[in-house]
Amino acid sequence: MLKSLLQRLGQTVFVLFGISVMVFLVFFATPGADPTARIAGKNASPATIAKVRQEYGFDRPLPVQYATMMKKLFITQDLTSYANRGEKVVPEIIKAAPVTLSLATGGAVIWVVVSILMGTVAAAFRGTWVDRTLMAIGLVGVSIPVFWLGQVANLITQARYHDTWLFSWVPPLGYVPFSESPVGWFKALLISWCTLSVLFIGVYARVLRSDLVTVSGEDFMRTARAKGLSPSRVLLVHGLRTSMITFVSLFGMDFAQLIGGGALLTEVVFGLQGVGRLTYQALSSLDLPFIMASVMYSAVFVVLANALVDVVYLFLDPRVRDGR
Amino acid sequence: MAGDAPLLDVRDLSVSFRSGGRDVPIIENVSFAVCEREILGIVGESGSGKSVTAMAIMRLIDDPGVTLRGSVRFRGQELTTLPQKAFRTIRGREIAMIFQDPMTAFTPVYTVGWQIDEAIRVHERLSKAEARARTVRLLGDMGVPDPERTANRYPHQLSGGLRQRAMIAMALSCNPALLIADEPTTALDVTVQAQILDLLRNLRTDYGSAVMLITHDMGVVAETCDHVMVLYSGRVAERGPAAAIFSQPAHPYTAALLDSIPPLTGPRPTRLPSIAGAPPAPLERPPGCAFAPRCHYAHAACDILPPLVRCAEQEVACVLPGEGKALPPRMTERVEA
Repeated sequence: MLKSLLQRLGQTVFVLFGISVMVFLVFFATPGADPTARIAGKNASPATIAKVRQEYGFDRPLPVQYATMMKKLFITQDLTSYANRGEKVVPEIIKAAPVTLSLATGGAVIWVVVSILMGTVAAAFRGTWVDRTLMAIGLVGVSIPVFWLGQVANLITQARYHDTWLFSWVPPLGYVPFSESPVGWFKALLISWCTLSVLFIGVYARVLRSDLVTVSGEDFMRTARAKGLSPSRVLLVHGLRTSMITFVSLFGMDFAQLIGGGALLTEVVFGLQGVGRLTYQALSSLDLPFIMASVMYSAVFVVLANALVDVVYLFLDPRVRDGR
Repeated sequence: MAGDAPLLDVRDLSVSFRSGGRDVPIIENVSFAVCEREILGIVGESGSGKSVTAMAIMRLIDDPGVTLRGSVRFRGQELTTLPQKAFRTIRGREIAMIFQDPMTAFTPVYTVGWQIDEAIRVHERLSKAEARARTVRLLGDMGVPDPERTANRYPHQLSGGLRQRAMIAMALSCNPALLIADEPTTALDVTVQAQILDLLRNLRTDYGSAVMLITHDMGVVAETCDHVMVLYSGRVAERGPAAAIFSQPAHPYTAALLDSIPPLTGPRPTRLPSIAGAPPAPLERPPGCAFAPRCHYAHAACDILPPLVRCAEQEVACVLPGEGKALPPRMTERVEA
């Protein structure tokens, strides 16, 4: 088990290195485009250009350029924005990360709990109206665009019904750091969590239900019933536990991409200064250092989340543990 | 309760699936009895309804399109109308079941010992440690080497033979009066098969359990069973004491099945006799004798469904004995267990 853990860690480092090289080549070593001019900004004086070229080492061979860029990203962390000269990129992302992390984590808790409930209940009542209703709700959840849902949620909680007892607790749009006020943090994010999780609840409940239905035809489920176990124990202890394997791998991917900036629409609608929004701004102003930094940031999270999923696999599925 | 009442008494059990707006009979009016400590073999080709019979007795078929008729009495108690909740105390405790494929019959994510402990603890108030002690003892009884270590292993880490032993250990964990074994040796290789059959044969002395052994292998029946029931296309073709059926089969189908066992002594036949054709699908089952289309002795009288009639020691669903044209005793030597 320890060996497979170490192996996985080694792979993670290797993958991160590969991604960083790729991203660097795409943004800074594209033939025919001089990154110096772009970093120096429009109408920069020859002196500035020379200074930038020297600072980033663009007059030196590619491996050196790569090393300089990585040093600026990870060690000195003084990569500066191209759109707003002087604004340091890395601290900006570090500032935005907790917002995105809070949003994605809270949403994930809701969608995991609700979808497991929905999927399991639907599978238990397979073929009845309960099943059909839950799955129809799931389908609706999948089909609703998140920005529209967010706007409607805002309209209801911020404007239309804000003065009723039901929504008077909802604070104005924006983020409250957890360290400042845990209750305020919770209140500020609750509506956005629900909005974000609706899509995932739909997807996950449907996936889990179909996995449970497939697994219920397996021999070991029949064995469990033949032992005299109650239907709920058969479903939860034998069925759900076995079906969680697909669920976890899906979750790893989705959660990682949310942390890496995939919650952009939710962040914009709810006025949260998260990584997604930052990336969006960087892209719209073609802010190369910023794009580079945020892509690296999301890559790190996607790769880390995948490594984490693999570790969870080791616990969930003994067959993986033996490398079979 | 009368002392000689059978342990399990199945009368006119019929199972049909609803398909395309009509009921398709899978098994029709199957009746048989299993006495205490008896080994009954149920033999038939694939699709003859052997497994469905077992599943129907255990009420493990929960497809809404399935209808079940007839009566299943276990120690005088009617099982077909028993509420599910009450039935659960019988499943695993009074009637246990082992399945064909030990590869897939254990939940892959729990250790074998955990699953046997679970079976024990669902029926008896025992602590985890007590349950585990019994699990280890059972595994040892089943001839599993190093039972303590094996109990902590996952199903995929064990060989097929070990898994089937663990499966039998799990089935025996609450000392069931009846063990239904659905093709327990089909997925195993021949040497392991013989060991598992030995194990099953000794259950009646070691655990006092009766066994209902479902198989398609006449050789397995010959080695193991006291009584035999031959199913053909969902109907009973013949049933009776194993010795009688092996020495003088009364149904042409049974006779043909026996002819297809390679002889143990004498010259090897270059080609074993086989039965031409295939059993009819449930939808195309003829109203008369289902075996008639493949039978050398078929004649006009076979167009009417023959009832089970007594013939020597066994009962047979064939018109031949009634017409005074019973099949001759088998010339080949008796297969000794």
